[in-house]
Amino acid sequence: MSKTLKTILQRGLKSSSNATAKGKRGEGFAALVFLAPSFAGISLFFLAPFVDTVRRSFFDALGIKFIGLDGYVSVLKNNAFRLAAANTAKFVAVCIPALLAASLGIALLVRGIRPWGKVFKTSYLLPMAVPVASIVLLWQALFHKHGLANTVLARFGVLPVDFMGTSAAFWVLIFTYLWKNTGYDMVLWLAGLDGISQNLYEAAKVDGANAWQIFVNITMPGLASTTGLVAILSLLNGFKVFREAYLVAGSYPHDSIYLLQHLFNNWYQNLDISRLCAAAAMLCAVLLAIILLVLRFFTEEV
Amino acid sequence: MKEKKILGFPYKFIPKAIMLAVVALLVWWVVWFMLIGSLMSLEELEATIGPALAGIEGDATWPILPAWPTLQPVVELLLDTPQFFVMFWNTFKLVVPSILGQLLVGAPAAWALSRLKFKGRKALLTIYIALMLMPFQVSMVPNFLVIDKLGLMDTLWAVVLPFAFSAYPVFIMVKGFDAVPKALLEAAAIDGASHFRIFISIGLPLGMPGILSALVLGFLECWSAIEQPMTFFKDPSLWPLSLYLPQIVAEKLGLAMAASLFMLAPAMLVFLFGQKYLELGIQSAGLKE
Repeated sequence: MSKTLKTILQRGLKSSSNATAKGKRGEGFAALVFLAPSFAGISLFFLAPFVDTVRRSFFDALGIKFIGLDGYVSVLKNNAFRLAAANTAKFVAVCIPALLAASLGIALLVRGIRPWGKVFKTSYLLPMAVPVASIVLLWQALFHKHGLANTVLARFGVLPVDFMGTSAAFWVLIFTYLWKNTGYDMVLWLAGLDGISQNLYEAAKVDGANAWQIFVNITMPGLASTTGLVAILSLLNGFKVFREAYLVAGSYPHDSIYLLQHLFNNWYQNLDISRLCAAAAMLCAVLLAIILLVLRFFTEEV
Repeated sequence: MKEKKILGFPYKFIPKAIMLAVVALLVWWVVWFMLIGSLMSLEELEATIGPALAGIEGDATWPILPAWPTLQPVVELLLDTPQFFVMFWNTFKLVVPSILGQLLVGAPAAWALSRLKFKGRKALLTIYIALMLMPFQVSMVPNFLVIDKLGLMDTLWAVVLPFAFSAYPVFIMVKGFDAVPKALLEAAAIDGASHFRIFISIGLPLGMPGILSALVLGFLECWSAIEQPMTFFKDPSLWPLSLYLPQIVAEKLGLAMAASLFMLAPAMLVFLFGQKYLELGIQSAGLKE
């Protein structure tokens, strides 16, 4: 009798677990359980407070009086905000094309000497792993008025440059950004290049196309969708350059590298919450718009 | 037609290799600087980069090798600077729970988003992607509002929790799990395996590359985090190494140099052992939906 009971039990267990595995409801329930902790976390720390941020951007600092768009107007009229936004925009406009071009060039070279490119690939990726704090000292030693960069420049007869005290600071920041992010973009380009069919290249070679023709007619169109993604990711990495600016030049750097994060930190110190909220909401909207535009532009081209 | 080669390296590659090497020098020199800098005595550091960092007359220079290699600054840092250990330990207290959280919370979520069928999957994935693309400048205020409300300011949680719930590692793991063949899962389901069982015995082992990618990128991110601790830790006794280091540069050149190396070393080790996964992680952002 116990034997029959066991078989019945086993059969029952099997069929019930089969039902959950196959049934849609079982899968939906499992997904709910798997996702719950993560979704609760992002709701609590990002989604819900973001809604609150947008709401607060329409109220005064205490969150009581409705002020409509006044918060936004006061942000847009603010000189520090204009400076920071203009610097950030200028930084992005210079560094992204430069980074895209440099990293694509390097990716093509690395691919060009396969299979020996690996050591270079590692070299270019390495700066990604270098914590900013650990090279602060080096950067300060390099770009000080009496620093190493000026010592080298002096050998070529160039007068010393006060890198951190003039608008040269902007170019130091661009250099740092390129130094840090070239490897990251190179990896993305390499993945994009791997996606282009080798047959196309061989066919072009048979037809007698030269290297430039191959690049323009096969490589460039083949990379169109990759370009959009690389541009977006580079843009977002651009916002992290604050770390370098802050560590090398402190809370009040030269005007040319006063970035949005500097301003946010200032407002934050002064608990200027309604302005912060309005600025964060605007930044989010602008970024989303740019991302969607870039994605649309580059995916339609394919 | 045979290619000309030197030590197995084709001649025609030489110009390209030279161009690449010139650019790579910018990286190699930095690593070399950090290495020999921490082997220099304080006197030599002051004589070389003192003009830039310690206000000494003259112009900074830098040798290819230290004149008198010494471990003195490293020893001083390890033996006579208890603050340093506190900061080092502070960094670990931030990094370890953040990454553990990312994996424990993120992996099941990524599995569901990648391999389970349910209503709203696409919409949810879009939310994660949008969140992943927002820089700290956008999430700073929302994070502050919650952390302040929960009374978590000046506690480890203020930095750990937003990191643990960040969307980026989830996305990387989704891409990793996407490579697990669905036929395998169906076979397991027919054999009576539960969803939990399938995730543990098939998903985790086969999705390991994605998990390791998230781990490597998460570590590098948390290890060098600056904005988050700066915003949410007003109390300097909680500061990680990344915030403390810039403060000591001016006063204690030798110590700062040695401490910089200690900040760099763990990240370098993770990079060297995890480079493959780092690349995978970067690429996963490039692979389209």
